[in-house]
Amino acid sequence: MSAFDNPFNSKVRLGAAACTCGKHANQAEHDATSAVSDEPVSNDIDTLNHRVIESALMRALFPQDATRRRFIEAVGSSTAMAAIASVLPIGALSAMAQDKGPLEKKDLKIGFIAITCATPLIMADPLGFYKKEGLNVQLMKTAGWALIRDKMLNKEHDASHFLSPMPLAISMGLGSSAQAMDVATIQNINGQAITLANKHKDKRDPKQWKGFKFAVPFEYSMHNFLLRYYVAEHGLDPDTDIQIRVTPPPEMVANLRAGNIDGFLGPDPFNQRAVYDEVGFIHLLSKELWDGHPCCAFGTSEAFIKENPNTFAAMYRAVLNAAAMARDPKNRSLIAKVIAPPNYLNQPETVIEQVLTGKFADGLGNIKNVPDRADFDPFPWQSMAVWMLTQMKRWGYIKGDVNYKAIAEKVFLATDARKRMAELGHKAPAGSYAKFKVMGKEFDPATPDKYLASFAIKKSA
Amino acid sequence: MFSTTWFKSALLSLLFLVILLGTWHLATLPKAEAQGANDEYAKLMGKGAKKSDGFPTPVQFGEAIARNLAEPFYDRGSNDKGIGIQLGHSLARVGLGFVLAMLLAIPLGFVIGMSPLIYRALDPFIQILKPISPLAWMPIALYTIKDSSLSGIFVIFICSVWPMLINTAYGVAAVRREWLNVAKTLEVRPLRKAFLVILPAAAPTILTGMRISMGIAWLVIVAAEMLVGGTGIGYFVWNEWNNLNLTNVMFAILVIGVVGMALDLAIGRLQKFVTYVE
Repeated sequence: MSAFDNPFNSKVRLGAAACTCGKHANQAEHDATSAVSDEPVSNDIDTLNHRVIESALMRALFPQDATRRRFIEAVGSSTAMAAIASVLPIGALSAMAQDKGPLEKKDLKIGFIAITCATPLIMADPLGFYKKEGLNVQLMKTAGWALIRDKMLNKEHDASHFLSPMPLAISMGLGSSAQAMDVATIQNINGQAITLANKHKDKRDPKQWKGFKFAVPFEYSMHNFLLRYYVAEHGLDPDTDIQIRVTPPPEMVANLRAGNIDGFLGPDPFNQRAVYDEVGFIHLLSKELWDGHPCCAFGTSEAFIKENPNTFAAMYRAVLNAAAMARDPKNRSLIAKVIAPPNYLNQPETVIEQVLTGKFADGLGNIKNVPDRADFDPFPWQSMAVWMLTQMKRWGYIKGDVNYKAIAEKVFLATDARKRMAELGHKAPAGSYAKFKVMGKEFDPATPDKYLASFAIKKSA
Repeated sequence: MFSTTWFKSALLSLLFLVILLGTWHLATLPKAEAQGANDEYAKLMGKGAKKSDGFPTPVQFGEAIARNLAEPFYDRGSNDKGIGIQLGHSLARVGLGFVLAMLLAIPLGFVIGMSPLIYRALDPFIQILKPISPLAWMPIALYTIKDSSLSGIFVIFICSVWPMLINTAYGVAAVRREWLNVAKTLEVRPLRKAFLVILPAAAPTILTGMRISMGIAWLVIVAAEMLVGGTGIGYFVWNEWNNLNLTNVMFAILVIGVVGMALDLAIGRLQKFVTYVE
């Protein structure tokens, strides 16, 4: 499931993580095993840019992926392209997305937290993506998520690395004053893990975790929601059977060493760092909980987008291009080298390399090879936003009734082009929502309340 | 010369230092590593590479000091600057916060010292605000001031104002009655009395207050910068802590201590100018 797949190919399943022929687990495996792949993998930035726009449009027009595939099979892909192009100005859209209007503001401050989730926005600095767009960006390493939120609310930072649920929470006024924040791209998917202390090597069944203390980086984070989901699925109530604390990621490793916590669900590189420092082992990668879950996002305030549309478009392009480069496994070692120095992540290069390439030591004596341990897919899916809202409601962070779709749609910009379309006078199609599976249970964004009601363990409203 | 107190105390200091370094060296002697892990796994775990975490040996610490002091003013990006630049930022913030505190504390201290009524009236406020930790002020400051550098300076101000205030009040209240009476006899106008009689009389106490306040300001800036980030020695500590690089954290602590001592000595020098023998 990727923004970069060709939407005019009837064999490509846009919604699923499967490959084009359907026999393999993901496209990477398919490409690796088939001698001649169906689609030439394109790394050309412009093509990828086009793909993202087209993909968004196709998903919008054909919310049911099967319908889209049948449509293309029926008329053929070139006819399909021509037909769509006659109704919707795809070319103009792509041009708009490439639109290099005069920049309103060239000197930008972008906040980030020093974790591998922020790789696209970090690597855009040393690899020159920001400079290419004419932006002079200063990356500001920030002390914690609360400060990321505060500095965005204060407008000290122009854009920032966020945890995916944060723009939702801030827009709704949860845990802070309400200010409209939008997500421009999701920075990464997967890339987290549950790490346990070495003394729990024999307690790998979550049912034995009663009374354990876990750390997560922030209340409104995928980490908190995934951890709660995981233990709840194994019969523990996360509010009463275990303790969940908010701790900054570097302190997670230190706390694990000191025995203050029994484990954490945290961002890389701190899981790998715990293994490297011989204080813990990796129990479960987050990709095994929900393959393709969003983790961190790159976003900014709605006010900034309104006042500086061209600058925003330039930033968006830079981060999008960086994400495209980061997707390619060939580039991962270079990226690890470039973001390891003290100015960015400030970690030993081998730790970051293990995280990005997916070939890592797990702390129990094995070398594992999981290439998409961390992946970078920049497309914010509204359905993920809706899932996050249901989880926030499930655990009592939001009270009362919520209009899920409206909020999610507003906050997650599916593509900057959609807004531009509206300005040009074209009616933007309703957003499309893909169904996806979390830990084997399917989530249908069309019926979020039904999904919420289906859980035995939740916080009573 | 060899029998003077100065020489004896210097010798004793040196002895303490040697004992400290010796204990440190013995405590950090490397333990024998268990062999048998396979090569590739060992490589991924960083065996054989120089790991920078864990408590350093005295030699490693010395190397870190040399490395950091060799290029104190380097600038490799907004988040990676030399120790000299970071210290500069911290000292600037401390300077500003301290001057602001002085501008409030000394005049207000005067007023409080001269008027028992105002002293009683303001006392409850002072007693409640005094013990509040800078880290507790930080969120309120960030929320209302909405600017992280100004919040940092505000926090320094609010924490270092109390010693100066209280000491000034005390110094002014304790001026000898005779001198005040002489001034009254000579019909000295209030402003002249304040500057020419009370101020010089209370000066030693005021400067003691300033010395304590400076110590607190320096303490607070490190905490504030760790929270707010960006630049400064506190941020340096926090950045190195992120990398679990204890050696650099300890180096930063050493620098903090040395600079704190220097600031204290500077004010101590000033104190010499205003002490008088009654």
